[in-house]
Amino acid sequence: MTNLVWLIPGLPLIGFTLLLLFGRRLGEPQAGWLATATVSGSFLAAVAVFFGLATKPPEERVYEITLFEWIPSGELSIGLGFLADPLSITMALFVTGVGALIHMYAIGYMHGDPKFSKFFLYLNLFVFAMLMLVLGDNLLITFLGWEGVGACSYFLISFWHEEPANATAGKKAFVTNRVGDWGFMVAMFLLFFNIGSLKYSDIFSSVIEADALTQTTATGIVAMLFIGAAGKSAQFPLYLWLPDAMAGPTPVSALIHAATMVTSGVYLLTRMNPVLAEAAGWSIDMIWIIGLFTALFAATAAIAQNDIKKVLAYSTVSQLGFMFVAVGSGLYVAAIFHMITHAFFKALLFLGAGSVIHGMHHEQDMRKYGALRKVMPITAFTFIIGWLAIAGIPPFSGFWSKDEVLLAAWNENKIAWAMLLIAAIMTAFYMSRLVFMTFFGEKKWCISEHGEAESDEEQTETEIETEADSDTEDDDKHEVTPHESPIVMWLPLVILSGLAAVAGLLNLPFSYDTKHLEHWLEPILFGNEVHVTASGQTKWILAIVAIVGATTGVLAAAFVYLKNRSLARQIEHPVLEEAWRFDSTVSNFMGGPGQKSFEATTLFDQKIIDGAVNGVGKVTQRISTRMRSLQTGLIRSYALGMFIGAVAVIAYFVSRMGF
Amino acid sequence: MEAVTFFLAAIISLAGACGVVFLRNPVHAALSLVATLFGVAIHFINLEAYFVAAVQVIVYAGAIVILFLFVIMLLGVDRAESIKTDPIIGQRQIAILAVGGILALGALIGVAFSGDVTGVPPENAQKSTYEGGTAINSDHVHAGDDVRPDQNIKDIGRALFSTRYVFALEITALLLTIGVVGAVVLTRRPKGELDPLPDDDPPSIYRDNENSSDLESTLSEETDPSDETAADESGKDTSEETGVSGE
Amino acid sequence: MILGLSIGPEYYLALSALLFTIGAGGLLVRRNPLVMFMCIELMLNAANLAFISFGKEMGDLGGQLSVLFVLVVAAAEVVIGLAIVVAVMRRRPKASVDEVSVLRG
Repeated sequence: MTNLVWLIPGLPLIGFTLLLLFGRRLGEPQAGWLATATVSGSFLAAVAVFFGLATKPPEERVYEITLFEWIPSGELSIGLGFLADPLSITMALFVTGVGALIHMYAIGYMHGDPKFSKFFLYLNLFVFAMLMLVLGDNLLITFLGWEGVGACSYFLISFWHEEPANATAGKKAFVTNRVGDWGFMVAMFLLFFNIGSLKYSDIFSSVIEADALTQTTATGIVAMLFIGAAGKSAQFPLYLWLPDAMAGPTPVSALIHAATMVTSGVYLLTRMNPVLAEAAGWSIDMIWIIGLFTALFAATAAIAQNDIKKVLAYSTVSQLGFMFVAVGSGLYVAAIFHMITHAFFKALLFLGAGSVIHGMHHEQDMRKYGALRKVMPITAFTFIIGWLAIAGIPPFSGFWSKDEVLLAAWNENKIAWAMLLIAAIMTAFYMSRLVFMTFFGEKKWCISEHGEAESDEEQTETEIETEADSDTEDDDKHEVTPHESPIVMWLPLVILSGLAAVAGLLNLPFSYDTKHLEHWLEPILFGNEVHVTASGQTKWILAIVAIVGATTGVLAAAFVYLKNRSLARQIEHPVLEEAWRFDSTVSNFMGGPGQKSFEATTLFDQKIIDGAVNGVGKVTQRISTRMRSLQTGLIRSYALGMFIGAVAVIAYFVSRMGF
Repeated sequence: MEAVTFFLAAIISLAGACGVVFLRNPVHAALSLVATLFGVAIHFINLEAYFVAAVQVIVYAGAIVILFLFVIMLLGVDRAESIKTDPIIGQRQIAILAVGGILALGALIGVAFSGDVTGVPPENAQKSTYEGGTAINSDHVHAGDDVRPDQNIKDIGRALFSTRYVFALEITALLLTIGVVGAVVLTRRPKGELDPLPDDDPPSIYRDNENSSDLESTLSEETDPSDETAADESGKDTSEETGVSGE
Repeated sequence: MILGLSIGPEYYLALSALLFTIGAGGLLVRRNPLVMFMCIELMLNAANLAFISFGKEMGDLGGQLSVLFVLVVAAAEVVIGLAIVVAVMRRRPKASVDEVSVLRG
């Protein structure tokens, strides 16, 4: 069944093509169902391939298929091929699974949007690109998907581009990603230069068996790959685009900016683990140091955000930092494990937040929520599961994966562990803050009495029945009619909450046999997985410390936000709200001296480079303007020219005869 | 005897050639071209190329020159043309130089190789007579010393269809077909109004417009008025008529 | 005196050269496209004459065959050339070749 692998990206591509051709005619909601169906189909295909692989012995769990040769060019030969192995299928499974649920959710969320079918067009294209990234059997196909998801991310962030801020956010994401893409490309060049192939299997065999890379080149490649991964996975300092990316519709935030695309950096580094194993220690340390810093940094920023989606965005950045810590420590399984659980609970949280936003008529300010659990019971219930999962409360999935990451940090460095623990505690704190402000406490809104629609900044979206009244900032009460979302929206929430609750089963640390994910991923790690040296006892103590920390975070948040609101003002420092003003500093620098220097280089480009090119053109033009007059258009002058030439040729041969 | 025919025919052909170049009326030029072609045909007979001579008369004089005359009549361009001056500055002077240069170089070669103009015949080109009716099995076909007219035709026929020339022969057939098709396509009258050719200033080396560009304007001052205006008018008429009848 | 003169190939070649130069000069000097074509025919004939006299001298029938091919090519050339002349003259009835000079730089 493994030969069905081409179907996995093929079906979303078919969906994309159909929507491109007939999307407008299909309209709402058929376009959405078509898109959902194609992604579900590719999920089924992924399941089939998964079982095809699972029934084989571990060492044979690699299936490669090349559909056709794409770029045959000298030594460079790139085929359009797919690689189905435990890692890529794991990724494909949760990308398509979570993707299908989010597609279904979006049918409800995007209800009434004038660009309904276009939204699903982009969404299907995104899933296609993401699957190319994951399933490609060489770096160039992965890069193709990498750029594809970047482009779709850009389309979808600025989906409501009528609003200039959304268009700007899209541009910011795109430009920031370019920096990372540069790193990826340089890494590809280096690999091709040193190995002569971009195919994963060739790279791995030559790196592992032939020792084709010196430590220096491997370090360079890893550094460049890490720049690429940091750009895509929003690591410091390239995280800047992700909080702004929340300008897109919430399903987009859930799918692209939480569950799938932003994890592709982790995927890339895990995929390239044989190269990482060759690199010098400092470059690997760099990965976990940056990850750790990002985790802490983003967690502090998340504490002070008032926009519900911004909290989740910074939380995503922070959790990605956790994954990078795991990768940098060599515990790839922990990274992938956390990636999977994170995909479940963060998608759940985003969708839940979307449901709240939907119910509150596109009000995203948490200060205007409160006590919503009564009007949105299903959303509240599922959201609480997601909250417990991310906060690290056992037995929910987040606890198990985060515990693995903490263990990785402990294995690497005790101080790192402590700092990461602080980040985890802060995670529990800010997520609890979100939940308490949204679903508990006193309500900060009141049922609107006038059912009349009023123009509202947020009202680029769907519902126009009763309108949120955000102009009345001075009023304590906010007039809305909160309501539970339709079934297409809460059903995915329920499924995801189930997954978020039990995903920990994938890799329970109790005994060797319960570590299913570790066994499953073993073939692709080529023995590069670092094994934790700590004893069982230490592990238990660490786990208990983590539980205590998480509980402390939750209780502290409960104390501040349910009992003693005045404390909140001190915690939510404006510097934190602006994420240590890093964004504005970068903007100011780029707008001021940065722009000046760019203008100077532009001047160099225009005057010197273009000047040389244009100069050649101008000289040619001037000469030819003169020469042009030779072409008189008079046939007889041409004939005369031929005769003169003939005379000259004859004269030459006569002179050769030796008089 | 051979010398007499040679010089007679040479005078005829040179006179005809000069007529082509110096007669201002194209009809007259075409007629003197016929004279040249006849003269050359006589040379061919003198050179024992009987078949080619016949073809020369039939195809050249009989078909090509008639075609020329037909087009002249059709278009009504049988007006005289001033050849005293040339509107292109320097064209005539340089042309005389170039032509003189060719002649001079030719003469130089002639002097240098007098007596041995054709060089040494190649080994395999030794003269060999062959009897009528014997098949040619060699790719090299040679003209006999004393070729009778009928023998010449047979030789040419055999040679043309020998392996050496048959491909070229077929290609010329194709060329003629293309020529026929091309002529039909080129002279087909397109539907609808024709755009006039764009008018623009003559090139810088062009002397000036009124002097020579229009054939008509030169007639009145440089040729016999009565004769030429008549020709001119008749030419106009023909052109209008054909313009109408061609619709 | 003339009767006894043996006419070698050099006579024919000289005649051929004269014919060729007259044709070339006419081509360069005349402005009527039809007359220019006639001058081209003159030049082709001069070449034909050279072919045949060389062929006779070398005893090779190839000279005569070449002349036949030249004839065919000349016929095709005249047909196409005259067709072009007709097409041009229809639109600009009194043109000399100098006036059809729009294809200039």
